Amino acid sequence: MPLTMKKLAEVFTDRETGLTQGHRMCPGCAAPMTVKIVLMVAKALGYEPVIGFATGCMEVSSTIFPFTSWSVPYIHNAFENVAATISGVETAYRALKKAGKIPSDKKYAFIAFGGDGGTYDIGLQALSGALERGHKMLYVLYDNEGYMNTGNQRSGSTPPGADTTTAPVGKAVAGKLQLKKNIVEIVAAHENVYAATVTPGEPMDFINKVEKALQFDGPAFIASLSPCVRFWRIDENKSVDITKLAVQTKYWPLYEVERGVYRVTRKPTSFKPVAEFVKAQGRFRLLLQRPDAEQIINELQNYVDRRWERLLAFEEATKDKPVR
Amino acid sequence: METKNLMAITGAEAAAYAMKQIEPDVVAAYPITPQTPIVEYFAKYVADGEVRTEMIPVESEHSAMSAVVGAAAAGARAMTATSAQGLALMSEIVYIASSLRLPIVMGLVNRALSAPINIHCDHSDAMMVRDSGWIQLFCEDAQEVYDLTILAVRLAEHDDVRLPVMVNQDGFIISHGVEPVEVLPDDVVKKFVGELKPIYPLLDTDHPVTYGALDLYDYYFEHKRQQIEAMKHAYRVFPQIAEEFYKISGRKYDYVEPYRMEDAEYVMVALGSSNGTIKDVVDEMRSEGKKVGLLKIWMFRPFPKPEIQRYLTARKAVVVLDRAASFGAEAPLYEAVKSALYEVAVRPLMGSFVYGLGGRDLKPEHVRYAFERAMALDLVADREEYLGLRE
Ligand SMILES: Cc1ncc(C[n+]2csc(CCOP(=O)(O)OP(=O)(O)O)c2C)c(N)n1
Ligand code: SF4
Repeated sequence: MPLTMKKLAEVFTDRETGLTQGHRMCPGCAAPMTVKIVLMVAKALGYEPVIGFATGCMEVSSTIFPFTSWSVPYIHNAFENVAATISGVETAYRALKKAGKIPSDKKYAFIAFGGDGGTYDIGLQALSGALERGHKMLYVLYDNEGYMNTGNQRSGSTPPGADTTTAPVGKAVAGKLQLKKNIVEIVAAHENVYAATVTPGEPMDFINKVEKALQFDGPAFIASLSPCVRFWRIDENKSVDITKLAVQTKYWPLYEVERGVYRVTRKPTSFKPVAEFVKAQGRFRLLLQRPDAEQIINELQNYVDRRWERLLAFEEATKDKPVR
Repeated sequence: METKNLMAITGAEAAAYAMKQIEPDVVAAYPITPQTPIVEYFAKYVADGEVRTEMIPVESEHSAMSAVVGAAAAGARAMTATSAQGLALMSEIVYIASSLRLPIVMGLVNRALSAPINIHCDHSDAMMVRDSGWIQLFCEDAQEVYDLTILAVRLAEHDDVRLPVMVNQDGFIISHGVEPVEVLPDDVVKKFVGELKPIYPLLDTDHPVTYGALDLYDYYFEHKRQQIEAMKHAYRVFPQIAEEFYKISGRKYDYVEPYRMEDAEYVMVALGSSNGTIKDVVDEMRSEGKKVGLLKIWMFRPFPKPEIQRYLTARKAVVVLDRAASFGAEAPLYEAVKSALYEVAVRPLMGSFVYGLGGRDLKPEHVRYAFERAMALDLVADREEYLGLRE
């Protein structure tokens, strides 16, 4: 039976999610929400989560020695290798189980978390390798669209016009000019994977996808749009709202790709212009002051419209045609 | 003592065969010349069902070391092997493996680092990670590769140590040369290495632990201090493990191997396969009545300073042969030996010779030349010289 919010609330009234209080993340940050939803679903389904974490904002804020906010097994290795690290953990599990060295009644969930930098950029190779090898893992990307740990630098996920310290909006250059890299397509292009987008602003959709991902027979990937309140320059109570807006403006379409079959999981009946998403955040403040602001926003609008149409077309075209 | 079982195999196969008998839970590796045959042999054992090891054919060395770290932290016995650029690519995680105190064993088939690209032997790769917190053992031949790979498992996993071990063999010279190697029966090896007793395994979800925490100025220093202590423990327990190995194999290992050292006045110090060549030259020169000897180094990290001091004090001259350069400083083995001898009562005259970079041969006449220089007391401690180099 699919999990519900009510069920989760009941399960966790007297139980820890695995990520305890006391971490040093900023109030309002969406990253811990993303992590908690994943952990709660895994635990509610009876899994024992074993966590790998890539270097990044959430890693440094949740494990400041001698403290740790993790009450589930956790390993941080380096920035670019969480997928490879979890590959090793998962393989060790299979080896030890085969050798009868660990109890075989435990239902483990091997879950890797990485920021956008550790996923779209430096960690892409290790991620691709792990997907190709088919490790039974769930990789969760918390996408705040920049390098936060090191202080607001551009990543392969930063949208055009956002002000970052390595691609600042200046007099001559309008910040980052390139569009976000399409990580879900890259992941979905591997064989036998489950890939999906989620966001904490749409928890039911999120929960369903985590459930599906954990039960998927192969590697699964979930990309969660997880605003950084500091970088996005939004109020602390706005990170959930802004992700809803991202979905309503087609900026962050919610969909999944299961062995090549596309399914759009939220189809709003009416959309808002992407300008609303842009204007709601301080990170585009400098862009909005530029004379070419409108043009850049129009281009973004054009892009999200076309991508949405393509998604619907993919959905239609791949219906009942899994790659295996 | 078991009956002798001789095999004619290469150093690479000796490493792979030892790994097969150890039968680790997980092997993650990526091919690179001249390490490739190790991965290939091992992959075949896996494919033929001769081991129950789970092999991860990763997409890079960075991921090989990362996966091995994950597997070891999970509680598995994990191994890998590499060379040169592969080690360079994994070097970030090489430091993490030792700092997380994971008992990983890695075969390093020594090869020159790029650029210029060169696939042949020198020790620049091992020296690059000299200070990474790994125990480093060097082999003279395929027999030692086999033996020390097995011994390394015990050393790495010793309760007081819990440090990764690198077993070095000279690329091509050992890895691709066929030699007779005396192997032990499977069950003897199995019994010797025993079962890994994991400490704080990730898979023990009832006792969750956090690996790789953020550790700023308030604790990092103390943790490094513990690593320094662990190295001292490694130094302490090595002879015990070597003694146990001697009981099953009849082959005795130590920090160093003194060769015709009793009354030697002129001593050479070296790492790896060139010790074989040096031994021949020593024999030759001894038959000519010259008082020469060799101190072969098996354990380079932790550095056996007391042995160096004990064996080299009051000799007339010591020449150190290095198969690696340290740009802007003295060659690594020479630097270590010279520094150890600063403290002895009667210091020998010292000379530094760098040889064999990029696979250049070390010929008996080079060794003889260095000895003759020593016997003529024609050495200058702070002048680096080169053997077999066109100048
Ligand atoms: C090899 C390497 N290069 C650079 C860094 C510095 N660094 C640490 S975290 C980070 C950015 C992390 O960004 P992201 O993955 O997006 O996570 P976030 O901090 O935004 O949550 C960088 C550049 C590093 N730790 N290792
Ligand atoms: S800086 Fe950003 S990503 Fe980091 S904790 Fe704060 S809000 Fe979250």
